[in-house]
Amino acid sequence: MKAVVSVLGKDMVGILSDVSNECAKANANVLEVTQTIIQDMFAMFMMIDISKLNQPLSDFSVHMEETGKKKNLVIHVMHEDIFQSMHRI
Amino acid sequence: MINVNEIMETIKMIDEEYLDVRTITMGISLVDCADADIDKSCAKIYDKITRVAKDLVKTGEDIEKEYGIPIINKRIAVTPIAMLVGVSGGDPIKYALTLERCAQAVGVNFIGGFSALVQKGFSAGDEALIQAIPQALAQTDHVCASVNVGSTKAGINMDAVKMLGEKVKEAAELTKDRDCIGAAKLVVFCNAPEDNPFMAGAFHGVGEADCVINVGVSGPGVVRSALAKAPKDLTMNEIADLIKRTAFKITRMGQMVGTIASKRLNVPFGIVDLSLAPTPAIGDSVAYILEEMGLETCGAYGTTACLAMLNDAVKKGGVMASSNVGGLSGAFIPVSEDAGMIHAAREGVLTLEKLEAMTAVCSVGLDMVVLPGDTSAEIISGIIADEAAIGMVNSKTTAVRAIPAIGKQVGDELSFGGLLGSGPVMRVNQASCSVMIRRGGKIPAPMQALKN
Repeated sequence: MKAVVSVLGKDMVGILSDVSNECAKANANVLEVTQTIIQDMFAMFMMIDISKLNQPLSDFSVHMEETGKKKNLVIHVMHEDIFQSMHRI
Repeated sequence: MINVNEIMETIKMIDEEYLDVRTITMGISLVDCADADIDKSCAKIYDKITRVAKDLVKTGEDIEKEYGIPIINKRIAVTPIAMLVGVSGGDPIKYALTLERCAQAVGVNFIGGFSALVQKGFSAGDEALIQAIPQALAQTDHVCASVNVGSTKAGINMDAVKMLGEKVKEAAELTKDRDCIGAAKLVVFCNAPEDNPFMAGAFHGVGEADCVINVGVSGPGVVRSALAKAPKDLTMNEIADLIKRTAFKITRMGQMVGTIASKRLNVPFGIVDLSLAPTPAIGDSVAYILEEMGLETCGAYGTTACLAMLNDAVKKGGVMASSNVGGLSGAFIPVSEDAGMIHAAREGVLTLEKLEAMTAVCSVGLDMVVLPGDTSAEIISGIIADEAAIGMVNSKTTAVRAIPAIGKQVGDELSFGGLLGSGPVMRVNQASCSVMIRRGGKIPAPMQALKN
């Protein structure tokens, strides 16, 4: 099982390390990272493996959202199935 | 592999364009709760609903968090209560209060099914239930009522139409200190669907399984935004294609949520209702979609044509995205729940007559329209009869959810709050139809009924 972590916000030092650190704490393995900076906006997408997550995905999702808010970032954790079902037949 | 643009598109739909699953509705049959003793019957209902639906809200909330898709309402629809009243007799209010307790115990937003199906005539329990509707809606907060007064197969029960005009008025009067909210929870149908997940008209049809999960999708904001980005010189058929593509994506999401919910609750998946259901939030409006097609204001000439195309394109796009389609499926036009419709009605461009024409091509009928408080019960019955006739002849669902604003006149407004929104009092043609309504009887089924 995989999930997509998306991070959007103003670029600053340490975003990637903060987010991957939280993933590590939850025992989510980072499989793939794509990041880009448009003007000074930071956009990062991580594909993470959630099959060995040490907490329910819903708790992790809420936790990440709150972590993002503290740093003025918008963080979403969404099960990959939503993208698969919406964009693939 | 999913690409970044697809991820961004989905997130943008949810965050900026109000994409959501409007409702997960659990349909529960109460046939096995019927008892000759009304108190035993109520006790069995309470036991069954609180047992079967105990995890409904939590499951909805979990899916919401895990998949990042808002699920606005969790609701329950039950077997038309008139059938249970028929078995038990007694005061139907007891059933309404039991349903209210169930709604509060399991935490759902609404419970629908304080209903009767009387298109061809009244059977035991039907009349008593209809008489009790205004009190039931005044004494409860979560219970919704509906009555089916006509169908293409059966014609229109004009005795019921007469009664319902009176009941709509009474429901408003009994709740006049709460913006007449009672009438906003009562829908009068022609050709009512038995698997509709949307309130206030949801009930669990007699042909349904013991328990099912139905899902209603939403997303007018997503369609509007897709049209806003499109060049202004696209032809109407190109716009239709764009709507189909968008509706497909919205519906896929509804299908996914329904499949997951049904698996987790261990209840069979019923249908996805492919509807564009607006909310009062700015941008989440069906009227704005029509305006985006090139109308100055919703209600202008061209509105009915645009709505017909929209309604059809939504179905064509959605039908391939879902394994089972049902319910109302199409575009909703509830005036008070749609920022663009509210604006158009305030401006006087959107009139009741235009709305009536629009109901011939959309998925429901005159929905959430606010009438002057002194409108007579007979005129409300006349409005119901006209809507039912449109539904009967066109083999489609039509409905009336009209709210007489007691003590208010054209220019005033009612505010219901939440998803029900607020609406200006609309001008009503006050010419009398009382002799016709008092005739009662039945309008015979049209030739369209003879398909066999």
